[in-house]
Amino acid sequence: MVERPNWAPGDIDLERPSVARVYDYWLGGAHNFAADRAVAEKTLETMPEIRGVVLNHRAFLRRAVRHLLGQGVRQFLDLGSGIPTVGNVHEIAQAADPGARVVYVDIDPVAVAHSRSLLGGNDQVSVLQADVRDWRRVLGSAEVGEQLDFDEPVGVLMIALLHFVSDEEDPRGVIAGYRDRLAPGSFLALSHAGYDESDVESTASVEARKIYDRGVTRMTFRNRAEFTRLFDGFELVEPGVARVPAWRPESVDDVEEAGRSFPGFAAVGRKA
Amino acid sequence: MTERVDDRVSDDRSPADPAVLAGAESFARSWATAVIGSSYVPMTRAEVARHLQNLTELLVEALFASPFRTAPGYEIGSRLVDAHFTGTDTLGRTIQLLGDDLLAELGVAGDERLRSRLAALQGALSAGYARALRERTLAEQEAIRAAVLDARDQAEAMLRASEARFRAMFTEAAIGIGIADIDGRILDVNQALQDMLGFSVEEMRQYNVRDLMHPEDAGSVWRLYDQLIAGECDHYRAEKRFHRADGEQVWTHLTLSLVRDDHGEPQYQVAMIEDVTDRHLLQNRLRYQALHDPLTGLPNRALFLERLARVFNNRAKHVRAGLCYLDLDGFKVINDSLGHDTGDQLLVEVGRRLDHSVSGQGKLVARMGGDEFVILVEGSSGEQDIVDVADRVLTELEAPIRIAGHELSISASIGIVERQLSGTTSADLMRDADITLYWAKADGKARWALYDPERNAREVARFTLSATMPRALERGEFYVEYQPLVRLADSKVTGVEALVRWQHPEFGRLAPDRFIELAEETGLIVPLGRWVLRKACEEARRWLVEFGDAAPFVSVNLAVRQSRDPELVRDVKRILDECALPPHHLQLELTESAIMGTADEPLEALRALCDMGVRIAIDDFGTGYSNLAYLKHLPVHELKIAGSFMEGLRAENEEDPVDSQIVATLVQLAHALSLGVTAEGVETPAQAARLLRLGCDTGQGWFFARPGPPENVDSLLRGDL
Ligand SMILES: C[S@@+](CC[C@H](N)C(=O)[O-])C[C@H]1O[C@@H](n2cnc3c(N)ncnc32)[C@H](O)[C@@H]1O
Repeated sequence: MVERPNWAPGDIDLERPSVARVYDYWLGGAHNFAADRAVAEKTLETMPEIRGVVLNHRAFLRRAVRHLLGQGVRQFLDLGSGIPTVGNVHEIAQAADPGARVVYVDIDPVAVAHSRSLLGGNDQVSVLQADVRDWRRVLGSAEVGEQLDFDEPVGVLMIALLHFVSDEEDPRGVIAGYRDRLAPGSFLALSHAGYDESDVESTASVEARKIYDRGVTRMTFRNRAEFTRLFDGFELVEPGVARVPAWRPESVDDVEEAGRSFPGFAAVGRKA
Repeated sequence: MTERVDDRVSDDRSPADPAVLAGAESFARSWATAVIGSSYVPMTRAEVARHLQNLTELLVEALFASPFRTAPGYEIGSRLVDAHFTGTDTLGRTIQLLGDDLLAELGVAGDERLRSRLAALQGALSAGYARALRERTLAEQEAIRAAVLDARDQAEAMLRASEARFRAMFTEAAIGIGIADIDGRILDVNQALQDMLGFSVEEMRQYNVRDLMHPEDAGSVWRLYDQLIAGECDHYRAEKRFHRADGEQVWTHLTLSLVRDDHGEPQYQVAMIEDVTDRHLLQNRLRYQALHDPLTGLPNRALFLERLARVFNNRAKHVRAGLCYLDLDGFKVINDSLGHDTGDQLLVEVGRRLDHSVSGQGKLVARMGGDEFVILVEGSSGEQDIVDVADRVLTELEAPIRIAGHELSISASIGIVERQLSGTTSADLMRDADITLYWAKADGKARWALYDPERNAREVARFTLSATMPRALERGEFYVEYQPLVRLADSKVTGVEALVRWQHPEFGRLAPDRFIELAEETGLIVPLGRWVLRKACEEARRWLVEFGDAAPFVSVNLAVRQSRDPELVRDVKRILDECALPPHHLQLELTESAIMGTADEPLEALRALCDMGVRIAIDDFGTGYSNLAYLKHLPVHELKIAGSFMEGLRAENEEDPVDSQIVATLVQLAHALSLGVTAEGVETPAQAARLLRLGCDTGQGWFFARPGPPENVDSLLRGDL
């Protein structure tokens, strides 16, 4: 069936920064345009730590996927997958098991087009352009249907994604939509921007958020309790909810300073 | 690639030297710390360290190699980029760290030659890094641009596909669709609409939406259109007719929707038009069937009532209308004797004649059912209009109707109502027409009757009275008055006539002429008469006890129906017994017609009463046709001469010789038959004097006393007056 695109060609406006391309820039990529770089630089000037923050989310992605691979998960649904840069989910997974399957989902048509061109010829990977909030459409899509077997465990990834979904848009309802489709033994890996209730946000951070909210898109920070509630219906695996760098770090050096005040949480939950 | 060769390398240290190895490892660690965190490298910290260790070892090898080549430096720069050490300050930190630390870590800090070799390697590394980064950046930029194009192509393809789909929907739709701009210029119409209206797209494009106006369009259609165009409403539905190219009409359901631009300004209008002509025609046919009488083809009751309601709905102030309510006389007989088939044919012919004689605007002939027809005339100018119609109809029906060899003469009765519509309702009109039809029948059939509000009021009152009479008797609304009967010779009161009155809660005090006839019709006269009789007998008994021999007898009227009541004799006897009244204290007054009636039974009853000792009087004598010869065989004691004969005796100075002669003759007749004579209606002393002279025995009338309560009689008897 031919679907009516949910964006128009005119919507691909290179003058408007995109979440995915700004993120890519911070990761050290060049999949971006002047407008993306301008706002990314401006944020960096205000809050240089931002680069470390995104690197840590991306690193959590790697650790989480490796952990799930260790748990025997061979299918991944990467929601809000962004622009494939280095260390993509399918690269990590297929390095462990060439039979692993991945579906990438992103709302950004450019990110999706890029993913497709990069993945041409890899039969075990599909890319879907969709709004992850519309879980019915995602789960009902041909891409998901062909690639994933929901009788078997699936690793659902929402890395640095849900802070783009406001409370009104019901992130828990969205998660529940996916959760109810998963077989027991499936996992949900989340990382999310936010502070602990007791943290004091620096003026630089407040400023940087303002620039980002205005220049790119509005973010919703969630504190530890709010973040934890996103795991309704899942059992958190060790160590539970942690600051992003502190979730199963690969080296003590990774945790030290950043680990205590890092503005974001990560966790992995297992569906019982 | 530039490559400087320097052969003057010292050989006291080599890359295999353990101290050198340790130095390289230590350097690699510092290097990792310096570059980690400026870009994402998909490796653990340990993996990064190992990676940089390898590169350091390469570097060290190159530093000591013979011959010396800068190519490895170039390669290291390139491999850094490959591993995504792409942060903006990665190269700077690397070059700085190399210059500051490497030779010292390796323990060869003082070696000038090595320092210059290192400088060459730093240059090569920078060049390799810069070139690789440039290539990578260009590749990524290229990739993301391609992705943008892909995404756009993809979106456009989907848009084209969806547009094609919508176009297909538009062209293939079974419903007519048309698009016009806000000024009403038609831009496009689909095949269905072209077929529906019979115009091609090109022809339709010549039109403005307003050209599609149809004279039968409801006003709301175009009012809503203006609102929609003005952006005040976003869509509306309407029933609308269109002219087809071939001059035929199409009935449609139309839905018009407004399409706005991004700023919310009205931009286009889209019409969806469904052809409902067939449905419409079917509905018309069904409606026709529902509203017409299948036998005569005339409008039926439903249509008539609908039309009547409409007449009443859009009535202007002084508009009038009239109704003929017609019923065939004796139709049932024809139906019963000649069969329904004949009856039906007769009705068809009557319907045809009615329709024929009544035609034209504002006139409707309908069959109400059975043999009832109605003619509605809208906008009549007065009663005469409708009377004319009724006359025409009656004349039209005069000619005999030939059916199956029978020559049937029929007639009809017609009730006519004609009036101004304001102040009345359709229900009033129908009811009055119905009543009037009944009058026409009651007045002798084969005629029309005109509604008469006074007659109606009378009948309504009559109806009200007869309806309330039974309760009135129970509630004691009746009472009895007594009027003395005076012996002319000595003015002594010998009897009293009991006269019933009705104290009606609504109409006030009613004399017997207002209700006795009704009571006769309804049969209530029997219980009412019995009640009066008992009341009078009780009073007579009282007088007997009080006044003994001077007590008067009571004279009670007996209605025709009472006189025929088989229980009469028994009732009278029981009442006399119960009141302990000697029978000769009771006189019963009957009219001539009641007594002269042919039947034998009443006579027998009278004889029985007479034998019992009850007096019998003939009331209003002289007004009926009494068989004088017969009179002598009747059980009668008294004749009461009707008051009308007293007229001529009234005046003081002169008397009417005819009246006077009649009275004299009646008196002689009565006396010849040994009957007493009472004159009614005596109002003047002259009358009383003349009656005495003419030999009349008793007088009754205002001259002596008016009817009144029994106490008045008491006073008279006591001589109080
Ligand atoms: C910060 S990036 C994270 C990318 C990737 N998950 C990672 O960790 O490297 C967030 C991505 O989510 C995508 N995104 C945001 N809202 C989304 C939505 N409602 N549906 C799908 N993708 C969404 C953005 O386009 C962007 O590519």
